[in-house]
Amino acid sequence: MAVAKQKSMGKALQAFPHSYRWDGLSIATILVAALVALPIVTLIVVAFSGNTENLVRLGSTILPRATATTLILLAGLAVLTGFVGALSAWLVTFFEFPGRRIFSWALVLPLAVPTYISAYAFVEFFGFTGPLQTLVRTLFGFTSARDYWFPEIRNLGGAVLVLSLVLYPYVYLSVRALFFLQGRRAIEAGEVLGASHSRILTKILLPLARPALALGIILALMEAINDIGAIEYLGVQTLTFSIFSVWVNQNDIAGSAQIALVLLVLVFGLILGERFARRGQRYSEVGGGSTTGPFKRYDLTGAGKWGAFIGCTLPVALGFGVPFFVLGFYAQRYLTRGFDEKLISAIFTSVGLAGIAALITVLVALLLSYTVRVKGTKPINALVRFASIGYAMPGTIIALGIFLPLARFDNIVDGYMRDWLGISTGLLITGSGATLVYAYVVRFMVIAEGSIDGGFKKISTSLDMAAYCYGKGRLQTLREILLPLMRPAIATAALLVFIDSLKELSATLMLRPFGIETLAIYVHDLASRGRIEQASVASLIIMLVGVIPVIVLTRTTLRDH
Amino acid sequence: MSKISYLSATLVCLAGFFGIVAPANAQSGDVNIYSYRQPELIAPLLDTFTAETGINTRVLNLSDGILERMQAEGRNSPADVILTVDIGRLVGIKDGGITQAVESSLIDGNIPSQYRDKEGHWFGLTTRGRVVYAARDRVEQNDITYAELADPKWEGRICTRSGQHAYNIALFASIIAHEGEAAAETWLSGVKNNLARKPTGNDRAQAQAIFSGECDLALGNTYYVGLMRTNEENPEQKEWEKSIKVLFPDTLGRGTHVNLSGMAMAKYAPNRENALALMEFLSSAKAQEIYAEQVFEYPVKPGSKPSALVQSFGTIKPDDLDLETIAHFRAAASQLVDKVGFND
Repeated sequence: MAVAKQKSMGKALQAFPHSYRWDGLSIATILVAALVALPIVTLIVVAFSGNTENLVRLGSTILPRATATTLILLAGLAVLTGFVGALSAWLVTFFEFPGRRIFSWALVLPLAVPTYISAYAFVEFFGFTGPLQTLVRTLFGFTSARDYWFPEIRNLGGAVLVLSLVLYPYVYLSVRALFFLQGRRAIEAGEVLGASHSRILTKILLPLARPALALGIILALMEAINDIGAIEYLGVQTLTFSIFSVWVNQNDIAGSAQIALVLLVLVFGLILGERFARRGQRYSEVGGGSTTGPFKRYDLTGAGKWGAFIGCTLPVALGFGVPFFVLGFYAQRYLTRGFDEKLISAIFTSVGLAGIAALITVLVALLLSYTVRVKGTKPINALVRFASIGYAMPGTIIALGIFLPLARFDNIVDGYMRDWLGISTGLLITGSGATLVYAYVVRFMVIAEGSIDGGFKKISTSLDMAAYCYGKGRLQTLREILLPLMRPAIATAALLVFIDSLKELSATLMLRPFGIETLAIYVHDLASRGRIEQASVASLIIMLVGVIPVIVLTRTTLRDH
Repeated sequence: MSKISYLSATLVCLAGFFGIVAPANAQSGDVNIYSYRQPELIAPLLDTFTAETGINTRVLNLSDGILERMQAEGRNSPADVILTVDIGRLVGIKDGGITQAVESSLIDGNIPSQYRDKEGHWFGLTTRGRVVYAARDRVEQNDITYAELADPKWEGRICTRSGQHAYNIALFASIIAHEGEAAAETWLSGVKNNLARKPTGNDRAQAQAIFSGECDLALGNTYYVGLMRTNEENPEQKEWEKSIKVLFPDTLGRGTHVNLSGMAMAKYAPNRENALALMEFLSSAKAQEIYAEQVFEYPVKPGSKPSALVQSFGTIKPDDLDLETIAHFRAAASQLVDKVGFND
């Protein structure tokens, strides 16, 4: 079995001579983690600066309902993203059927669709004026929406569907990577024992994939929690919605920070609960490299073949195809009018910011995860977990937590410079795009951290021990032995952060200085002007720019043998 | 990779980083605007301003958090003026201490005193009515009151955007101001019971819902009707507009609820002279006419007329409730929306 309880090995590593020293690695980690955690700390301070009057009153009015709505949304998402993500990963990893090679990367495509665009596209597609209802009316001669029943997208069920269809790739990617590395041995063991495919899946593969499944689902849930654009558009009253009404309409920023923290506690509970449930288990390969020789897939025939084909087509067609179709329809009406200069500069700005953010986030995640690996001391571990929680906060709220301390820093520096040198440095950081990079690093750290931490966990710590025995230092071990093995995990982390930064709207909207317009901002501006055609062109570009790394990544690092 | 290639890769990254980050610093000689207003609605005005004065404008469109942002930016804030809608927000930015008083006999002459802050911290540029859109072919009456929206005869026939949207909050606040909180709660529950669907979409989406037959009455702002009727970009909106007629509520009683769009000078405006020039321009007859003709809002300058299109709806009788009173009841209105579960 590939699942090994390596508690003793972990202990041995922790007892390694230089583990508990306050060295450069610990100090760097603590500093970096503190920087990543700064916005959350700021929001905690903000939350405690006000009274709890609003929280108490909301507790007797909207909070119970909003909490219930949020929990139902999360439960629905967990089931649907888990089901779609794990099923499609299982199919493309272990079976041969028509289009399998294309599906192996196409299943990631919906990730490139921002939730706010997906929500818009679904309402257009399934709405009264959309192609489906128009067809129904033409076929049956209806004239009014009251003449017939049609499923409504703008409700809780619709939100579960729309969000699941763009968030399941988180599950797909992490589960597939695990199946790919470790699944074959497990499946062979099951075969030797004479188990059927479905029994191997439920009894061996899913338990094996549990950490990966949990990671993917938790990322999807956190993204759903921080979403406001799609949720508001679909008319679902989650806790996130209450955060905004308390802030914007009741002028109570402390009250809204309190609700945001309640939400955070909910997420922490989820993560801790999952971790507690599989405490003490380590999921690393015992015997080193596993993928030598050809990867055998089972040929599907008849109903199974076409079932697999449809099972993989549906998520791609709905998650990527529907938005692509709707936006493409509007975009082609605009394309004849030529290209906008601002669009070109927005592409460069977006790609540049997202690229820098991906690079920094991956470096920071490597530092944090590696320190946890070689040190594993509880305080550092806890700090790293805490630092990466910003993803579960609504973008606008975390943006506040970022802006307040940075602007204070800018003003303090400016004050000193004015006093001592008589010059004003102005808003050094908050007046520049650096704030946006910082925001993306804070928001998407958990994504990179999850992927890279998962990558480290798959490499047995006995490799480190062996390297130390040969007199290699920690950094040398990292660079020469671990990093080459980690390439798929690093590439996945960079890809996810890049795409997410490219799509990011709410924090960007609030934090950008004069003169910096990203693609997402460009789309937002045009959409709020009702220039849907022009906005569609830019939305398509966001999707396509996100698609390129998906294809490159799956063709190089995750390439099938 | 060799050390040299690592080094050069780092240098390229750094160069790219500063290439993206650098152009952001504030320039002087322009007017820097923090705006909650839709870019489309202010673009024709700013273009005319630049053509007349040679002063360039730079707009940062924000959707939330101008107050918190400017408080944090302090004396280094690049913002010169704030453009916003909703009386609650105008009062809020003054109370938040991010504005400064402006003395201008030109502005005082152009803007009636009920649309100006008593200490000169903000002033209104336009008003808009919160009216009822009614299905042309399914609603016969041509008069309505806000109170009537709670009448069970409209059960399952009313649509509106989110109860927590600023436009609805201001309307509900005016009801609280007029009738007290208890009566407002009864009224709001009544309206909720008449909703055809959960509050969703913007004001235009409500017109679309009347067009599609989902509802017969909707709450909406006056200018959207003009924007839909003249929308060449999305001609389908012309069809939506054709399916509705505008009813001014309470014409025989206290009048129709109106809200303001307005502006204020930032407390630490770095380009004060230019900012004042922009403020005076936007209060002028020329700018007020652009507001009326292109954006379909009601100009506030005495003597400036609404567009012919807007006049065709009929004459608005504005509720003359003190605007700051409405701002005062804003939080109460928002809490009431939660209490009756209006959005659920």
